Amino acid sequence: MIEPIAKPRRKNPLARTRLPTSPPHPRSRKSHGLTRAAAEGRFMLQRCGACGAFSYPARDACPACLSADLAFVDAPRRGTLLSETTLHVPADVHFRERAPWRVGLVAMDCGPRLVTHLHADCEEGRPVVMSFQLDKSGQAVAFAYPERETPNMTDDRQWREMTADPKFRRVLVTNGRSVVGQEVVTALKSAGASILFVGVAEPWKPFRGEEALRALEGVQIVPLDIGDEKSVMDLAADIGGKVDILVNTSEHVRAGGLLDRQGTSVVRDEIDQSYLGFVHLAQAFGPAMRARGADGVNSAAAWVNILSVYALANWPAFGAYSASQAACLSLSHCLRAELRPGGVKVVNAFAGPLDTEWFQTVPPPKVAPRVLASAIVSALKRGLEDIYVGDVAEDVRQRLAANPKAVERELGA
Amino acid sequence: MQNTIRTPYDRVVMAVPVTIPYVRYSIESAQWWIGRALRSLVDGAGITPRDIDGFCVSSFTAGLDSGIGLTQHFGLCVRWVDTIPLGGASAIAALRRAARAVQAGDARIVACVAGDTNHVDSFRFTLENFSRFNQDAVYPYGAGGANASFALIARNYMRTFGARREDFGKIAVAQRANALRNPNALMKSPLTIEQYMAARPIADPIHLFDCVMPCAGAEAFLVMGEDVAASLKLPAVKILATIERHNAFGDDPVQVRGGWAMDVDELYTMAGVKPDDLDFVETYDDYPVISMMQFEDLGFCRKGEGPDFVRQHDFTIDGSFPHNTSGGQLSVGQAGAGGAYLGVVEAMRQVLGLAGPTQVKDARIGLASGFGMINYDRGLASGAAILAGPGA
Amino acid sequence: MDSNSLMQFAGAVASGAVRVVDLTFTLSPDFPVIVLPPEFGQAAPVRIQKISQYDAAGPAWYWNNLTFGEHTGTHFDAPIHWFTGKDLPNNSVDTLPPRDMIAPACVIDCSTDAARDPDFLLTIPAVEAWEKRHGRIPQRHWVLLRTDWSKKGWRDYANLKDDGAHTPGPDAAVMRWLVEERSVIGFGTETIGTDAGQGGHLDPPYPAHHFLHGGGRYGLQCLCNLDQLPPTGAVVVAAPLKIQNGSGSPLRVLALVPSA
Repeated sequence: MIEPIAKPRRKNPLARTRLPTSPPHPRSRKSHGLTRAAAEGRFMLQRCGACGAFSYPARDACPACLSADLAFVDAPRRGTLLSETTLHVPADVHFRERAPWRVGLVAMDCGPRLVTHLHADCEEGRPVVMSFQLDKSGQAVAFAYPERETPNMTDDRQWREMTADPKFRRVLVTNGRSVVGQEVVTALKSAGASILFVGVAEPWKPFRGEEALRALEGVQIVPLDIGDEKSVMDLAADIGGKVDILVNTSEHVRAGGLLDRQGTSVVRDEIDQSYLGFVHLAQAFGPAMRARGADGVNSAAAWVNILSVYALANWPAFGAYSASQAACLSLSHCLRAELRPGGVKVVNAFAGPLDTEWFQTVPPPKVAPRVLASAIVSALKRGLEDIYVGDVAEDVRQRLAANPKAVERELGA
Repeated sequence: MQNTIRTPYDRVVMAVPVTIPYVRYSIESAQWWIGRALRSLVDGAGITPRDIDGFCVSSFTAGLDSGIGLTQHFGLCVRWVDTIPLGGASAIAALRRAARAVQAGDARIVACVAGDTNHVDSFRFTLENFSRFNQDAVYPYGAGGANASFALIARNYMRTFGARREDFGKIAVAQRANALRNPNALMKSPLTIEQYMAARPIADPIHLFDCVMPCAGAEAFLVMGEDVAASLKLPAVKILATIERHNAFGDDPVQVRGGWAMDVDELYTMAGVKPDDLDFVETYDDYPVISMMQFEDLGFCRKGEGPDFVRQHDFTIDGSFPHNTSGGQLSVGQAGAGGAYLGVVEAMRQVLGLAGPTQVKDARIGLASGFGMINYDRGLASGAAILAGPGA
Repeated sequence: MDSNSLMQFAGAVASGAVRVVDLTFTLSPDFPVIVLPPEFGQAAPVRIQKISQYDAAGPAWYWNNLTFGEHTGTHFDAPIHWFTGKDLPNNSVDTLPPRDMIAPACVIDCSTDAARDPDFLLTIPAVEAWEKRHGRIPQRHWVLLRTDWSKKGWRDYANLKDDGAHTPGPDAAVMRWLVEERSVIGFGTETIGTDAGQGGHLDPPYPAHHFLHGGGRYGLQCLCNLDQLPPTGAVVVAAPLKIQNGSGSPLRVLALVPSA
């Protein structure tokens, strides 16, 4: 049984902050089939298209029949813990600092055996449920946890290394003016975030929900105009060392594509607010977060981008906006690579049209801001990297996988 | 399990057992250690490097060099070359391949060498780059290396067959006693069962004295025709039988047996001896649990009886079951791929009566085994050889 | 004027006999800007981006790139800014006559009224009352509306409510009257616009813009330190950037005031 983690005390200013280290990260190319599964919270194994046998570790031929038809498919998660060990003297720095560390060997009901990280409540000979998680190196690893929920389950030390649970973490929500921003604040608060810094640009402009936001315990309204480099830098100078999770809720949505727009000022605004805003945030907050990836219970853990699913495929009705989102998506991959040495995850939440004023004329289904907020918190708790929120986002994802050309033609129809 | 008729190793012998004494850390390269072993082979046989026309090498730390690059490094002009990356099974495999090459006339004198250096970071480098499955699916799980993998195997074995830490300790303590008679062993101080039991845990149930100490060193021998050995006046070791098996029993959920169990009958049949006829046994002892498993799989007791077998025997040089007479890797050190050769080279000395302080009295026939390559969740490679001295 | 007089003037500035009052807010990213409904084009906010600061990007020098809309910070409105002035000659900041950049100012103090009512509107009777005390507003003078609005915190300064900004300004009649009957060179305020926050509901909407620019006159807004000016006798120097076909620009506004 797991002791609940305690709220971290204030840091000793005389103590050096321990630098983050990565667990071993080299992987074969094929093994990244598991990385994809872990990023989306799926449990996938290779299954032979010819003989149906599941296999693991990642292979290039079926060990049962030598077929090369080995697609990664969603697999049954249940298995039995055959044997376990606790590592006291690991060979690399990352695990040496985290020893003792528990691993085990699980026989899956569907056949393969997995060497796996263990939740502390797993018992030898008992059933376990498996997931693939992204570890601090950003690579997929197997993780076993008990079949039934146990007390304080998510406080497990090894599990917390795989996730970005908001509990006791300090979060910067970049835009408290938006409904999405306010819902994210509420959801994070419920998830146990200790401090919520909420950015408000142009604080001389009142906004709806302001009073309720100010009344929330733990919320600190901070001046933040992400389009303004200095504003972002100034805030980072104040609180950059205390931001464990950053959720970029800034949104700048305008309808329209290219030919029916006059000039570039709207496009420029989109780029300023979305893309350059992201750049400003990353440059101001990224370095400290990367350096604080191993800073105790409330280490820096995650950076969340809210992206339109049309970052993946341009929707001409919101064509320039889609392009600004695509730019942010591309940049998120850069940020992911650069934050990886700190073990800080970059979560991309791809959403379909939100149920907000800028998508007023778009027919349903639309994503309620509250649903988006709760999906983000869930992704942080589960340690996911890519989530698709709402029916439209899931629809676009699946259609893109099936035929990107069809998506292009249909969105442009 | 079904054996076809195997060609015996007639008129092929092993000679010139060579050990380049180990050091814990070395600033020299693997090539340096292999070179020292080659020189000792040449000196020991009274030949010149030109006389070596077959070369078989194993090393984890030779970097980009395989056997072919090393021929130029060492000025060897050979007509047969092999590089054997089978870890702890490399010596048995080298012996098998070299013997057949000599028997077929493809080579006249084959130098079989394993050498590794041990820089301060080379062991970790080896762990990190061991194999694809290891890199994908084992090492990222706590970076425990072989300790973690064998811990999972040991724990399951203990639970399944009732082995206790004390049983493993008995093996380790006996080997230490043997090592104290071997001037080349890195471990110089006695080990008591109490010390064994009190050692710090590394990866439960593996504790400190269950683990080998990585070090630098080299081991080697020559394989040649019986007539060549006679003309060089070299004491010769006969190869009575060998077996080799890879990726056996893949369906066992956790490894409880090695490939020996598949081929052990053939081993004794080919050798024309019974387990009781052996004067000593050199098992591959990367962990005591693996030695215990081999007592079962190599026919000294049945599966599951390993713990009892251990309790009933004395494994010291003068004991009821002389085992790992040099001290084994647990007490001599594990010089990378040299660890595979340690038992084979010691067995050669024993049957030749050249073992000096570790000599088992009147040893004529002995067994040496190999085991290696924890690729994913189990050791994949296994092998064994029964060797005999001139008088056998 | 002979050169001697001009030298005397320069000497008076140097000696402090003529005081120079800076009527300008610092141009900064966080200064409030005009708010339009979001579907309209927006003024680019002030952005100051460092190019280098004695660092790898420029080891010995410090400089910035600036972006801002023409109507940000303390700024000048040229006639071309409004549709009523679009066809006038010399109606943009690059063509306006340089002599118009220096002119005397009448300062009408409505700070008490504005403190009482954020929607306070300047009317003809109020100006006539001022003229009773200080004399008729001469031609080609600036009229500066002092409200002390520039002393407020920025939230109160913008004073945005659900129905828009609530800040003082002129009514329609007084603007037409100042342009047509007093021939003012321009009208200046402390608030974000020359018009009142609710000026869009007047007839015509935004009368300051409508009449000033339709008459070829100028606007100044976001002024400060008006409380340091005498009702009459100050001279305003307001030279906007020479932006090609520019409708206005941030600028440094100085007032020259005789020492008491």
